[in-house]
Amino acid sequence: MPASDEHPDTQWVGEAAGAIVRPYVLTRGRTEPTRGRFDLITLAVAVGPAHAGTGGLDPECQAIVRFCRRPQSVAEIAAHINLPAGTVRVLLSDLLDQGLIATQEPHSETDMHDEKLYKAVLDGLRAL
Amino acid sequence: MDSVRSDRDAGRVTLPKAIKILVAGGFGAGKTTLVGSVSEIEPLRTEETLTHQGIGIDDLSGVEGKKTTTVAMDFGRITIGDDYRLYLFGTPGQERFWFLWDELALGALGAVVLADTRRLADCFPSLDYFERRETPFIVAVNCFDGARRYDLDEVRLGLTLHEDIPIVMCDARRRESGKEVLITLVEHAMRMRLGPAPSSR
Repeated sequence: MPASDEHPDTQWVGEAAGAIVRPYVLTRGRTEPTRGRFDLITLAVAVGPAHAGTGGLDPECQAIVRFCRRPQSVAEIAAHINLPAGTVRVLLSDLLDQGLIATQEPHSETDMHDEKLYKAVLDGLRAL
Repeated sequence: MDSVRSDRDAGRVTLPKAIKILVAGGFGAGKTTLVGSVSEIEPLRTEETLTHQGIGIDDLSGVEGKKTTTVAMDFGRITIGDDYRLYLFGTPGQERFWFLWDELALGALGAVVLADTRRLADCFPSLDYFERRETPFIVAVNCFDGARRYDLDEVRLGLTLHEDIPIVMCDARRRESGKEVLITLVEHAMRMRLGPAPSSR
């Protein structure tokens, strides 16, 4: 069946492929964040005055900013807005570039030699 | 240069540090059950696209470079005061994709390998992987109803597990039991990384 490719909004993929294609439409085809590595446990939080400057954003980005009023990991954001982690990374890097979120990278493997970390985690687990 | 990312002019938000623990093991070994029993949230699912170099099987295709695979992961969270957040990830069930785990294992505090005594061999790839990668790990033997009880020494022998690696019984459905598993892992990781004494150069 020939697709009418003169119209950008024409649905040119089957319904089954929609879930695969759409995440990368959101990122305008990009698969890599503009910077940073954004681990699954990198934390993001919205910064700046509430609701400021999000008007022009895609609904998904607005949803991320809203969800990140409290710090959330990349994995949680992806699960919450129901997009693959790879897509979320790209959107987060855009939001970071726009100064709408701040991020906290997880420990690197060298930080794993900090005794304080283990003690805190053990105390926390025992108190569960 | 761009290393300072989070503190622009944004009023210096202080965020907790996140820590990752992996839960591995064969299909149906109880990974998601364990994550759910200790997590403060219902386990969530996320999809991760992992890349790996094409391995040289399809030489005829002449296609080199990266392949991607999408895997689903279940994860849970434990908040440790204001400073730390622990995330537990149930790794993909397809153990043959162990080579995909590098992106997941990077920066992990350690791993729990869940063993099901009915299918002990299912956790071999996980053991091989974490040993090779030198990720601290322990083995937790999930005691399913009706499964034959094994002596832990028997299981250790069956897995040819090094004597330094802790092995514990658990009931992945029980929070207390899951908690003990995690404590055993964190203690082991601490010993492995910090050593018994700061000696020898």
